[in-house]
Amino acid sequence: MEGHGSQGSGAPGRRGFIEVLLGGGLLGLLGAMLYSVGRFVIPPKVADAGLSSVVAGKVKDFGSNSGKIFRFGNRPGILVRTPSGDFRAFSAVCTHLNCTVQYRSDLEKIWCACHNGTFDLYGKNVSGPPPRPLDAFDTAVRGDDIIVSRKA
Amino acid sequence: MTWQALYDWLDARLQIGKLIEFARHKQVPVTRHFYWYYLGGITLFLFAIQVASGILLLLYYKPTAETAFESVQFIVTKVPFGWLVRSTHSWAANLMIFTAFLHLFSVFFLKAYRPPRELTWVSGMLLLFLAMGFGFSGYLLPWNELAYFATKVGSDIAGAVPLVGGFLKTFLRGGEDVTGATLTRFFGIHVAVLPMIFTTLLLGHLLLIQRQGMSPPFIPAGRPSAPPREMPFLPNFFLREAVLWAGTLAVLLYLSIFFPWELGVKVDPFAPAPAGIRPEWFFTFMSQSLKYIPGKVLGMDGEVLGILAFNAGAAFLVLVPFLDRWAARGRRHPFFTWAGIGIIVFMLTMITLAYVKPY
Amino acid sequence: MSNRTDAVLAIPILAALLFLVFPGAARAAHEPAGERPDTCTACHQAVGGPVAKPLEDRKADVHAAKGISCADCHGGDPARMDMEAMAKAKGFVGRPARRDVPRFCGRCHGDPAFMRPFNPAIRTDQFSQYQTSIHGKRLAAGDTKVAVCTDCHGVHSILPANNAQSRVFPVRVAETCGHCHGDAEYMKGYKIPTDQLANYRESVHGELLLKRQDLAAPTCNKCHGNHGAFPPEVTSIAGVCGQCHVINKDLFLQSPHHAAFDRRQLPECATCHSNHKILRTNDQMVGVGEKALCIRCHAPGSAGYKAAEQMGKTIAELGGAIDRGAAKLAEAERAGMEVSDAKYDFQNARTALIKARNEVHIFNPERLNKVAGPGIELAEKGYRAGQEALDELGYRKRWSLIPLAAILAVVVGLVLQIRRMEGR
Repeated sequence: MEGHGSQGSGAPGRRGFIEVLLGGGLLGLLGAMLYSVGRFVIPPKVADAGLSSVVAGKVKDFGSNSGKIFRFGNRPGILVRTPSGDFRAFSAVCTHLNCTVQYRSDLEKIWCACHNGTFDLYGKNVSGPPPRPLDAFDTAVRGDDIIVSRKA
Repeated sequence: MTWQALYDWLDARLQIGKLIEFARHKQVPVTRHFYWYYLGGITLFLFAIQVASGILLLLYYKPTAETAFESVQFIVTKVPFGWLVRSTHSWAANLMIFTAFLHLFSVFFLKAYRPPRELTWVSGMLLLFLAMGFGFSGYLLPWNELAYFATKVGSDIAGAVPLVGGFLKTFLRGGEDVTGATLTRFFGIHVAVLPMIFTTLLLGHLLLIQRQGMSPPFIPAGRPSAPPREMPFLPNFFLREAVLWAGTLAVLLYLSIFFPWELGVKVDPFAPAPAGIRPEWFFTFMSQSLKYIPGKVLGMDGEVLGILAFNAGAAFLVLVPFLDRWAARGRRHPFFTWAGIGIIVFMLTMITLAYVKPY
Repeated sequence: MSNRTDAVLAIPILAALLFLVFPGAARAAHEPAGERPDTCTACHQAVGGPVAKPLEDRKADVHAAKGISCADCHGGDPARMDMEAMAKAKGFVGRPARRDVPRFCGRCHGDPAFMRPFNPAIRTDQFSQYQTSIHGKRLAAGDTKVAVCTDCHGVHSILPANNAQSRVFPVRVAETCGHCHGDAEYMKGYKIPTDQLANYRESVHGELLLKRQDLAAPTCNKCHGNHGAFPPEVTSIAGVCGQCHVINKDLFLQSPHHAAFDRRQLPECATCHSNHKILRTNDQMVGVGEKALCIRCHAPGSAGYKAAEQMGKTIAELGGAIDRGAAKLAEAERAGMEVSDAKYDFQNARTALIKARNEVHIFNPERLNKVAGPGIELAEKGYRAGQEALDELGYRKRWSLIPLAAILAVVVGLVLQIRRMEGR
């Protein structure tokens, strides 16, 4: 006979066991869900990714005629402070064979150590094997922060 | 404070007693087709999972072309259990559409669409179309290569619809091409427009079922019939459903761990289209069959003809309760049986071909 | 012109003259040829046959385009209708002998003042350069088999070197030089090989220039010079290769090989890399293995051998670490784990390998270690990241048993409850 409420056969012990099993299982499931959702909603400490802009550095860390590699999304970028003092940023991926470029203050140019490719301070490839200029980014200074963002 | 006291307090204010009575009267016929009845509930459960996981994803997802891919990558790599939420959302989406199709065909062959349940069927069909819309719009959101090109092809096909095609394509894409504007538009459609319409229709669908009860089994006229055994929906059938729902959770967990959903490669619109672009599986029966239609048929553009054929097929299905007058009279007209079988065979063949021999 | 030719041509020329009338204006040096009197063209055209061929050729000629007429080079009097047009008294040079060709062209091309109205930036040292070249020296000594201007540039259909149809356009230079230098029959008697063109075609430079049309790749003139063509001195080969391969040149010049090779008159870079058949390098070239080049000179036990062994090991270690790291990351990715961060960092390991391959050229194991060491560390870091991702996957699989157990408990509990409820 089916129907709601009929006690049916089984000792109270059996009913208790079922209750424990069901209750325990549901509690465990609920606990697992609450734990995972709880940890999910708390934001991770790492600065979040997927940026269209990033703080590449602080103004006070840069004298004129200096450069630094920073991370932009999944690729390296290079932030340069020209001898005349303004900030410029480019992709640091050399357009020849994808080595990471660096700033050469002695040459006042961006240089690639792999095959001696050179880019000027506008990112244009001026000597060596690189076939194309470096991709340029926009820079803005906000207070002491230098913000680099992709070109609009 | 006992459960009884709480119940009494609520009942005095909300008359939940009446609601519970209303819920309790639903009975489920116990026949050899009994097991098909679970499908609607599983689809509903999967939808609930989608809503929950979708809301969680909303906490971190960023819907612009520059940030979408990276935000999904962030969820999957940096957010605790992000991998689980994302894979669950992607897998449950596909499972939901699968069970929705199974639910459709089981109701079709059980002829549960007979009067007075025509509106339940129509609302159900519309819910299916909306679910596929969810799938289409959601697929683009990670902004990866495969999704980008699949959306391009899909919206191109929308553009081939006669008369309104051009407008439809521009409306969907938010412009001439698939761009960040498309992404934003699809996002809005996916998280606001579709959920609103879907929920409304779903409530209507469930209310109708609750009011009219389960359809009695289809017994061809002339056959001797004893009234079938019945089982109360609450709690007996529902407890059984709960078993399946718990099982579904386990399946989703297993899939997320052993078959995590791929991230893919970020969209590069200037890169050539990769080989093997394909929409999601539940669209492939259309995309694959369109490939077989010759360019020009009887002077008309082949693709347009194909689209019109699909529209006709969809219209047929939506209107089946009104077309199948024999069902009301207890007759299983062979046309509808064969139409149903034909549609299933067609879909399965096309889907298989799309994966095994696309060209 | 010989008397015999005179006799043969006199009749048709006299016949032609009967039908032609020309304006008798005096000739100015830079008037466009069309406005100046030009009996050369008219006569040679009328006569036809072989003597009209130059006119056909001149249709695609830079000199013709710039308004240089026949007489401007060959002398003579283009206003005269008769054979006096070709009188020596009028400066007629005719067809210069092979040994006079360079001087013939150099008359104008070596004169900056003359060239300036046509192209102020064009070089005017071709003739003087030519005189220092092997071709020029041998020509002066009486050998007329060597190349003169017309052999490479053509006679009457000369195109500028930056014109893709020109025989001295970069992509076609090797073929032009190889016309003689690749012809064993022609080069018999000279003591130089004739396989340069064939070798160059197989080289990486040849592939880049001839197949991929990359104009940055060198051809014969980049290393040997154009007009001053001369094989480089063995002690200046590094400088020649170093025009492009600057880093390798700098390192080589600081290395012990520099003095050692020069002492033994070994051709610097070409000792290991060959001169014409320069093939793509690979990491097996350095070390003491079967395919290594070091053991050609360095006997086992020697200091050089030990250094080569160390360097070979270092490069192989770095290459191996990169391969292992890349494989592990790929494995993690295939298993569905997200490793794009680690792959980003891993790129630096590959950069270190490129730099290490450069650093080999100073032939100093300690210096190589300084460059390769960080690379190996980065590659191992990538490997660890891949392994961590796979470990994380294992972690997920194991810990998922807890919620799965809870689900199982719920399922069993529900089933039992249903049975109890329905009296079974």
